Amino acid sequence: MSDKPKIGLYWCASCGGCEESVVDLAEDILDVVEAVDIIFWPVAMDFKRADVEAMDDRSITATLINGAVRTSEQEEMVRLLRRKSAVIIAYGSCAHLGGIPGMANQFDREQILRYVYEDAPTVVNDEKTRPATAHRFNGSEATLPVFHATVRALDQVIDVDYYIPGCAPTPALLKAAVEALLTGTLPPKGTVLAPDIALCDECPRKESKPEDLRIERFHRPHAVMADPDTCLLAQGIVCMGPATRGGCEALCVKGNMPCTGCFGPTSRVRDQGAKILSSLAASVAADEEADIISILSTIPDPIGTFYRYGLPGSLLRKLLSQSSWTGGTSHHA
Amino acid sequence: MNETIETTQTAQPWRPRIVAFFCNWCTYTAADLAGVSRMKYAPNTRIIRVMCSGRIDPQFVLEALSEGADGVLIGGCHPGDCHYAEGNYKALRRFHLLRRMLIGMGIDEKRFRLEWISASEGDKVKTVINDMVEQLQQLGPLDIPARRKAWDVELEEAKAQVPRYEEFEEAAHV
Amino acid sequence: MKGNGDIRIGFYICHCGTNIAGLIDVARIAEYAGTLPGVVVARDYKYMCSDPGQDLLREDIAAYHLMRIVVASCSPLLHEQTFRRAAEKGGINPYFVQMVNIREHGTWVHDDAEYMTGKAMDMVRAAVLRVYAHQPLERKQVPITPDVLIVGGGIAGIHAALTMADAGKHVYLVEREPTIGGHMAQFDKTFPTLDCAACILTPKMTAVKAHPNITLWTWSEVEKVDGFIGNFTVTVKRKARYVDEDLCVGCMECIEACIYKQGKFPDEFNMGLSKRKPIFIPFPQAVPPVPVIDPGQCLHLKKGTCKDTCVEICADRKAINFEQEPEYKEIEVGAIILATGFTPFDATRIPYYGYGKYPNVYTALELERLVNASGPTGGEVRLPDGRTPERVAIVHCVGSRDEHYNRWCSRVCCMYSMKLAHLVKEKTHAEIFNFYIDMRAPGKSMEEFYNRISSEGIHLVRGRVADVYPETLEKKTNGQIGRVIVQAEDTLIGRIRKIPVDMLILSTGLQPRIDAEEIRRMFNISCSAGGFFLERHPKLAPVNTFTDGIFLAGTCQGPKDIPDTVAQAGAAASEALALIDRGVFELEPNTAYIMEDDCSGCKSCIPLCPYTAIAFKEEKQKAEINEALCKGCGTCVASCPSGSIRQHLFEDEEIYREIRGLLAYA
Repeated sequence: MSDKPKIGLYWCASCGGCEESVVDLAEDILDVVEAVDIIFWPVAMDFKRADVEAMDDRSITATLINGAVRTSEQEEMVRLLRRKSAVIIAYGSCAHLGGIPGMANQFDREQILRYVYEDAPTVVNDEKTRPATAHRFNGSEATLPVFHATVRALDQVIDVDYYIPGCAPTPALLKAAVEALLTGTLPPKGTVLAPDIALCDECPRKESKPEDLRIERFHRPHAVMADPDTCLLAQGIVCMGPATRGGCEALCVKGNMPCTGCFGPTSRVRDQGAKILSSLAASVAADEEADIISILSTIPDPIGTFYRYGLPGSLLRKLLSQSSWTGGTSHHA
Repeated sequence: MNETIETTQTAQPWRPRIVAFFCNWCTYTAADLAGVSRMKYAPNTRIIRVMCSGRIDPQFVLEALSEGADGVLIGGCHPGDCHYAEGNYKALRRFHLLRRMLIGMGIDEKRFRLEWISASEGDKVKTVINDMVEQLQQLGPLDIPARRKAWDVELEEAKAQVPRYEEFEEAAHV
Repeated sequence: MKGNGDIRIGFYICHCGTNIAGLIDVARIAEYAGTLPGVVVARDYKYMCSDPGQDLLREDIAAYHLMRIVVASCSPLLHEQTFRRAAEKGGINPYFVQMVNIREHGTWVHDDAEYMTGKAMDMVRAAVLRVYAHQPLERKQVPITPDVLIVGGGIAGIHAALTMADAGKHVYLVEREPTIGGHMAQFDKTFPTLDCAACILTPKMTAVKAHPNITLWTWSEVEKVDGFIGNFTVTVKRKARYVDEDLCVGCMECIEACIYKQGKFPDEFNMGLSKRKPIFIPFPQAVPPVPVIDPGQCLHLKKGTCKDTCVEICADRKAINFEQEPEYKEIEVGAIILATGFTPFDATRIPYYGYGKYPNVYTALELERLVNASGPTGGEVRLPDGRTPERVAIVHCVGSRDEHYNRWCSRVCCMYSMKLAHLVKEKTHAEIFNFYIDMRAPGKSMEEFYNRISSEGIHLVRGRVADVYPETLEKKTNGQIGRVIVQAEDTLIGRIRKIPVDMLILSTGLQPRIDAEEIRRMFNISCSAGGFFLERHPKLAPVNTFTDGIFLAGTCQGPKDIPDTVAQAGAAASEALALIDRGVFELEPNTAYIMEDDCSGCKSCIPLCPYTAIAFKEEKQKAEINEALCKGCGTCVASCPSGSIRQHLFEDEEIYREIRGLLAYA
């Protein structure tokens, strides 16, 4: 084997878009392949878990893991990769903050399984069969991973060194990260490898944002024809840009769609959803309680809107239904 | 901030704990007045003083809940009376959106409350806190820190599947 | 234990006699505090706020090299300044102190000693964690420009201007009308002393004109206000008067010479009861005594076809200048006094009183002009048909104390109604009926005045007038104006009374000026529910506003009579003087500030600031907070979507630490 840096790529609960974004490096990928040895990439190359287990600890220079962690298999794999890698990079919104799969944290596991295997209108399952984690057949045992009760961001399972944000990350960010890795110019551990300033800084519509924004009602993006040159918030469309890290080149806004927050908050914010909620609510153009409620009702799904990519990484993390908690341990006064 | 601090709480029966964010000019002063008037009320509240209810970042509310508060109370000046003209309206607007979000996350609406209490309404501090404590007593603990521990039990089980993982984790934390 | 690192914290718990120590175990709490991160000394003491208590703090700061102080005692609203000063004397920054309110929010309101001891520990823990993160802060000082602007030249503005000018300050007095004097100049005599308004006002008006420290700009309006306490920049528009103030000698020959031989246009000063020419002076004692030309009426200015007889008579004085343009003056002032006055209630809003419908229904201000010797009738109270009224009714509370109009009592109407009753009776010997709801006569000499007038043989009817209608529907053939019948329930005898009168006087109340809302915005102050300007505190800061450096005088703040107006104007002037003489203004350090590198320029914060302290800087594409304007509410901090605005003394980190400290788990 060459002594080129070894890079691993792995996916957990994700859509594959992050893998796609690696391929989106286009010709640049050749430079990357030239500079490194990719020693593990299940999507593209035929390596097995046993190959990884056989590697020396910390022998992988860096592993990019995308996707949230929902199953025991994902968890085992990320722990294994953590042991084998010198640097772990959480790649993409799901690994960074929980991502779209993280929205499942609005529901209990039982609710999800019941819907998916019994109640969904497209399901025919009179026996109410659910997948089992182990099944004996013809003398051998087949196993399935355990479906955890909670979706987790990567750093809620293992120690993470860096984060590359985005759904999916842009090739430019990936390229910059790889370059930093190869040249040994990575910032301090824990850094999100994207600008620490909100998207508005680079938004092409910045100038059109009024200095006296007062929102009289919110519009959902599909329900209006957005003016392509005016700040989307000024048009009453919830844009997460002010609360979201920049570095994406404002791709969604350039496509006349609002920012939905995939790059996560800046380092100064603990809970991205709470912050945009605070800002938008304060800008509501009403003082009377009934009017306020009426304007706010034009945001039909606050959690899905403000926590689209970050629910597992948020302060509350997960549904806190009274029924699922029987409570009470020793620490109470 | 990663301090591990020993709790002062001993193993007593559970009593709800409320974190209250009171504005300096009205509600905090009203709580002082309740004190000066020697009104007795339920001791379950811990008050944090801010200059204006407009300073209350929804993150503070979430932080308090996630750190173990059973309820959060916001106190501000009555509409039209804000020392800073309109901070309380901002608090009111945030309150309603945050409230919907909390309900969506399974948190009972009684755990999050906003009250306008002017500096002269010491008695209202008393009745509001007594009332909220009674409601929380009925709801039982919210207890997010303990729940979080319970959620993570499933992680412990998986660790066993990775050979020598503990060894590595220890090494990583040296 | 990690955490407060090398920060050395001193902890003190006060017994407050038995107020605190009587319920909870202070020694145990001090012992617990001693185990908290960074705490190097923890003590309990009988009275921390006493001199020995403060000495203890100072000695410990030196002995233990303390860097932070936590005092668990009473409310910070009571003693925060005390302990800050003690810390400062001990040599550390005063903002390195955090108080724990275990008395007002603890031992005074709770009985359970054991629980309260635990709760006090929670609160102490929160304060210890919080104080660790405290930053050294300084009270910033802003220099004060010594000049002052007074808006409004009524008696309030005049008195404030003279007070300040006599104290050696330079005053800009801006008045919208062509003359100063305000409403008081329109009054005949003033209650309760019945001295003539002009006699006491005109000397003050001329004093204003003559004062070397007063720049008087009449026929002028404030256009724009920028800046903040000590450093306001104000733009004043001087409307075109068409008579040069510097060249005019006040001979009034131009008015005489006007091509209009008689007055043609309603005379505003006389409430339209007489006519004036296009070139006019509101009243003979006007200050400055310089005529003004109404461009909408003057033939030269309107059509360009006039013989310009006024120019001819003015001759080589050359004071008439048809080319005059409005002039904009920009001035720098350190303080502003608003004395913009009131508007009388519009009596046409109550149709059943018949004002504007029956020619013998007057407002009180019209009567002031009628009884005035320099008024339209030379002081004779005559009906439009020339007759002297034999019966006159005066209706109190017109538009006041009425939920359909203005809820408030206008305070002056009862007394001026009694005054008018006296004056009309004196001049006409008519039979007078005063209809009142309650007779309000508070204040020095007022009750005596009321007693005196009511003994003069006027009829006082307690009842709100419900209707006013003509005695007969037939037109009088002799040109006489018919009587109106005033109908009211006399609540003292419980009967409806219908009294025919020759003249009806409506005692209209006081209300905010029509443009009070615009003025409020321009000066960035607040209005009370009724629309009068809001004082900072109704009792303890009655002439201050929530905007530092802006003060209120007179009826713009609420209805009041002349004595109170003058008193308030004096108070406003002395507040402004105190500010200016201090030379600097100290800002509370709990202001918000923007981390410039972090700000994305999203502008979300800008409309949230009630003090317009946040501005978007185009060149940097970032928002910027003017610390002198910021009052430290923190609304923008809570809103900044990228966490790029912070607040001194209420940093996110400090509050998070407090939350965690309160709730800390094992």
